[in-house]
Amino acid sequence: MRLVITNARVIDPTQKLDQVTNLYIARGRIAGTGNEAPEGFTPDQEIDGTGKWILPGLIDLQARLGEPGSHYAGSIASETQAAVAGGITSICCPPDTSPVNDSQAVTELLQRRARQAATAFVMPIGALTQALKGERLSGIYSLKQAGCVALSQANNPIQNSLTLKNALEYTVSHDMVVMLRSENKQLKNDGVAHSGPVSTRLGLPEISPSAETTALARDLILVEEAGIRAHFSQLSCARSIEMIAEAKKRGLPVTCDVAIHQLHLTEMDVLGFNSLFHVSPPFRSMQDKQALLMGLKTGVIDAVVSDHTPLEKDDKLLPFGESIPGISGLETLLPLLLKLVQEYDLDLMTAIRSVTESPAKILGLKTGSLEKNQPADLCILDPEGFWTLDPQEMVSEGKNTPFKGWEFVGKVEQTFFQGRPVYRNPNL
Amino acid sequence: MSSRLSSPNIQLNELGKLHHFLTLEGLKQHHLVEILDTAESFINPNTNEIKKVPVLRGKSIMNLFFEPSTRTRTTFEIAEKRLSADVSSLDIQTSATKKGESLLDTLWNLQAMQANMFVIRHAQSGAAQFFAQHVAPDVHVLNAGDGQHAHPTQAMLDMFTIRKHKGDIFDLKIAIVGDLLHSRVVRSQIQALSILEAREIRVVGPKTLMPESPEALGVHVYHDMEEGIKGVDVIIMVRLQNERMTSALIPSEKEFFKLYGLTEARLALAKPDAIVMHPGPINRGVEIDSAVADGPQSVILEQVTYGIAVRMAVMSIIMSNAAQLTQYKTEQASLELDENSTLKVNLEEK
Repeated sequence: MRLVITNARVIDPTQKLDQVTNLYIARGRIAGTGNEAPEGFTPDQEIDGTGKWILPGLIDLQARLGEPGSHYAGSIASETQAAVAGGITSICCPPDTSPVNDSQAVTELLQRRARQAATAFVMPIGALTQALKGERLSGIYSLKQAGCVALSQANNPIQNSLTLKNALEYTVSHDMVVMLRSENKQLKNDGVAHSGPVSTRLGLPEISPSAETTALARDLILVEEAGIRAHFSQLSCARSIEMIAEAKKRGLPVTCDVAIHQLHLTEMDVLGFNSLFHVSPPFRSMQDKQALLMGLKTGVIDAVVSDHTPLEKDDKLLPFGESIPGISGLETLLPLLLKLVQEYDLDLMTAIRSVTESPAKILGLKTGSLEKNQPADLCILDPEGFWTLDPQEMVSEGKNTPFKGWEFVGKVEQTFFQGRPVYRNPNL
Repeated sequence: MSSRLSSPNIQLNELGKLHHFLTLEGLKQHHLVEILDTAESFINPNTNEIKKVPVLRGKSIMNLFFEPSTRTRTTFEIAEKRLSADVSSLDIQTSATKKGESLLDTLWNLQAMQANMFVIRHAQSGAAQFFAQHVAPDVHVLNAGDGQHAHPTQAMLDMFTIRKHKGDIFDLKIAIVGDLLHSRVVRSQIQALSILEAREIRVVGPKTLMPESPEALGVHVYHDMEEGIKGVDVIIMVRLQNERMTSALIPSEKEFFKLYGLTEARLALAKPDAIVMHPGPINRGVEIDSAVADGPQSVILEQVTYGIAVRMAVMSIIMSNAAQLTQYKTEQASLELDENSTLKVNLEEK
């Protein structure tokens, strides 16, 4: 199967490419870009890309796919469909599955289901400790052999500093990136909302920024001591961004990401006790949000993730503090990122890099690119396409989004995974 | 974008009158004054006795207590009976309702038993609002305390007590002493006092018992008791719960009393005619000295009596607002009918 998409604006941060040209696909791989077809290339099919954009398929460093287990809504089949509807073709799934992905068996199960679905590339993240309990180490060598791309504790950071120190030092020799969510459980206590004017008014138990920053300080020091490559997940505080900037300046091999919803919402959105706005870490102050955006603009924040958490309706049909935190975010990652470009002066190339080239680099992979011979994972976007988010129209089994009714400009029209069309917008 | 605007006040009906009673935030001065005036009408001015009236005859009120309570629940029951309502009270273990489905199922089942009003206490902030969003449109929800968020009837009975003794609230300086962080009562008191335009609201206590941004509530913060109560007209003491010691927020009851306990010597710093209030139950020798609690300036037991009248007032106002709304809708409908028929007549004449 040979395909050419003609006359489209091709945007690829890895090649620093942003120009109107043709893109050629052959046997599931990129055959090249340019006005001249590669030698011997005769297309079986031609798509007119006039007025459209072509982006590398997005890489999401954190999305829950509902399997195995029943904590979350959906399945690998349904959630990979949701991913490609949002232009995402590669997904890292955290180990907080049930059973926890702390063994070769679970990793292989995830990969098998993903191969059956054949919709997107699923990269399992292994648990750093058994059952994510933060006590005994998982079989890290076996997890790597089975194909885990990284290790993490999902939302259960290791509280015992000695255990974390050992875990990091043991992992160094396995050359795997460790993803850390910095949170001090004692300081978080029973908190559910950022400590500020809104929690004060609503009487919601508070989570102070120190719940994140004290843990981050400890983690950075242990990472430096172990000399390991570490990635910090879903930071939420202005101070955390300063700490990462300082660590990078000192030459530490650290990277970090932020969840896309943190760049749009703040503590103010929690007024009204709407459980859909219950996330972990919590929505913080306007200053924190601005610092996160600045961090993304200046490159201190490397990647942006969906932190996709598809939930059943009942999980949110509860008073704020009893509801399960999380947002079904695969389908809004790219739209919300483009909104930052349109409304908050974020450079388009930086935005795209944060969900393609950067996450690939963090994982030590060469994907997320439209270079010749790369797998043909890409999406075609109508940059003028105007749409309004209706949760009932979402592909994900989790309809838990706080962005209901938001208006977006820029619509994913088609997504290709390994050269095959896996998504076509039903409204085309 | 609708989701980002603050939601309209779901407590109010189309005519801007109370439909539920969830929090004082967002209410106007006239709403509060109506409650105080109505409560006044339920008290016999000569004997201070609470009247029994047939205002809610045939109406069914259910008290749902997801969290234990004796005093609030009892005063609600007495108030409901004095209004001649049919009363049922249920203690619901929170552990039995961990799943959302069963929590709402409980509510809908009870609603199907033809409840007209739910009085709800729950350990989660925002729970009353959550229930109000899910009941049938003609069912009313009254918040009897939700987490650390609000306890509006308690605050209104405090306002009633202050007004009884001090007249208009707008000229008064009030000090609230104790645990602001964990207290739904204090949050509601502050809102009530702000709406009634009290001259100055002070909160007094150690930093560990203050929320992150007390200034967001429009209060002056004092960590020194003597400074905090100097020259005030009203002192409201708040109960200190035992678990505050175990979670290292304060060292001991003894030290708390030394720093913040209301003694006769300290009371002398307030205005000579200052009144002392406490929502109860009081810890003698922890936040208040017995000599003060039982002294001439204490109005603590009056608060309890007025609690009945104020709760009667809130419930009767809500039910009469509902009746008024029904009448208004009927009138509107018949007005439309009239207009239509006049229109027809006009057309036929032409």
